[in-house]
Amino acid sequence: MSGIFEYNGGSIVGMKGKNCIAMACDRRFGQQMSTITTNYQKVFKIQDNILLALSGLNSDIHTFYALMEKEINLYNLKENRKMKPTTFANLVASSLYERRFGPFFVTPIVAGLENGKPILATYDSIGCKSDLDDFQVGGTGGNYIYGACEAFFKPDMSPEELEEVIGQSLVSGCDRDSLSGWGGVVYVLTEQKLTVKILKTKQT
Amino acid sequence: MTDFALTTFSSKGKLLQIEYALNAVAKGDTAIGIKAKNGVVLVVEKKQSSILIEESSVQKIALLTDNVAATYAGLGPDFRVLSQQARKLVKKYDLKYQEEIFVQTLSRELAEDVQIATQRGGIRPFGVSILIAGYDEEGPHLVQLDPSGAYYSWKATAIGKQAKNAKAFLEKRYNADMEIEDAINTALLTLKEGFEGQITPTNIEVGVIRDDHVFRILPPSQVKDYLEELE
Repeated sequence: MSGIFEYNGGSIVGMKGKNCIAMACDRRFGQQMSTITTNYQKVFKIQDNILLALSGLNSDIHTFYALMEKEINLYNLKENRKMKPTTFANLVASSLYERRFGPFFVTPIVAGLENGKPILATYDSIGCKSDLDDFQVGGTGGNYIYGACEAFFKPDMSPEELEEVIGQSLVSGCDRDSLSGWGGVVYVLTEQKLTVKILKTKQT
Repeated sequence: MTDFALTTFSSKGKLLQIEYALNAVAKGDTAIGIKAKNGVVLVVEKKQSSILIEESSVQKIALLTDNVAATYAGLGPDFRVLSQQARKLVKKYDLKYQEEIFVQTLSRELAEDVQIATQRGGIRPFGVSILIAGYDEEGPHLVQLDPSGAYYSWKATAIGKQAKNAKAFLEKRYNADMEIEDAINTALLTLKEGFEGQITPTNIEVGVIRDDHVFRILPPSQVKDYLEELE
């Protein structure tokens, strides 16, 4: 199957702000040129202070998310405490590498707040973690979103600014990508709350 | 190879093999642990059966990772096996989460291995009680792990030959505001109380962890200084 990462389509983006983080994803679930549904969830709340966004093969998006849910629930029960975002970020990397020779066809982004400090990590499908950047993208529209991010991003944005910037970057990027779009969802996480906003994009 | 458990219940509801294992522990050299506000100390007797033994080759406090160490009372070889298993558990956790392991987590996972030996076919329980000392994000910890697989967190405790007397001594001496230096002195005093013969820097082993999360086994020269202070 050529382009297994392109089969379902979809884009995700994560950004760091001042004591806050934001994640955004499109809503399309397609099968090559056909669009099946326009409300597919790609960003998941793993814990009050951790978000996991996944792009790639939808079947693996769902499976990998379920696996991470299981891990964090068992951890909470066994260890009797919450998982730190940096710990979760490492767990994602080791879980992906566990399937080195039969990988999950996903490119995850983990975003969280650890003691108020924003954490952002991205991976390839076999668990190479990169946590040095202030924003990261994934999915078929990723490169288009990069361009918009580079133009709009500035460090230490407030939650409101961040929501605007990440939303605009996602929408601009997805408008260019035929396999992403059909709406967007923006999640902004601060110490106090998580806000979720649904965006309209070009309906194609 | 038997595939039935050797440890089975007596009619009174006891697991005699575990009781006998505890007897083996009670015959072992005394080990004492004290948890202070800002650290944990382990001291253990290192009595050699002959003057011909190379004292420096015997290590009774085993480092499990940078911030956790353990000592024991009972069968030395059993401790060797368990401490190696513990080190592997630490590394497994490290590979998965890439973070410093919590003492409670390590204790719980090691206890699992100890319990298995009381319920698995063809093997006997471990003949050691282990004292695990560590400093993690949650603070200083002192945990005792018994041959049954039960583990308890302590503020101060002793295992081995002098356990009873040492714990009585500790009950009087311990206070929650102790700093690590006080704890080291108290631990040495406690060990000295029941010590047969003269206590020297080479017939005991002292290990300390402070709030820098680094466990250090004190060299005999430092132990000598602490012992002299006791006078």
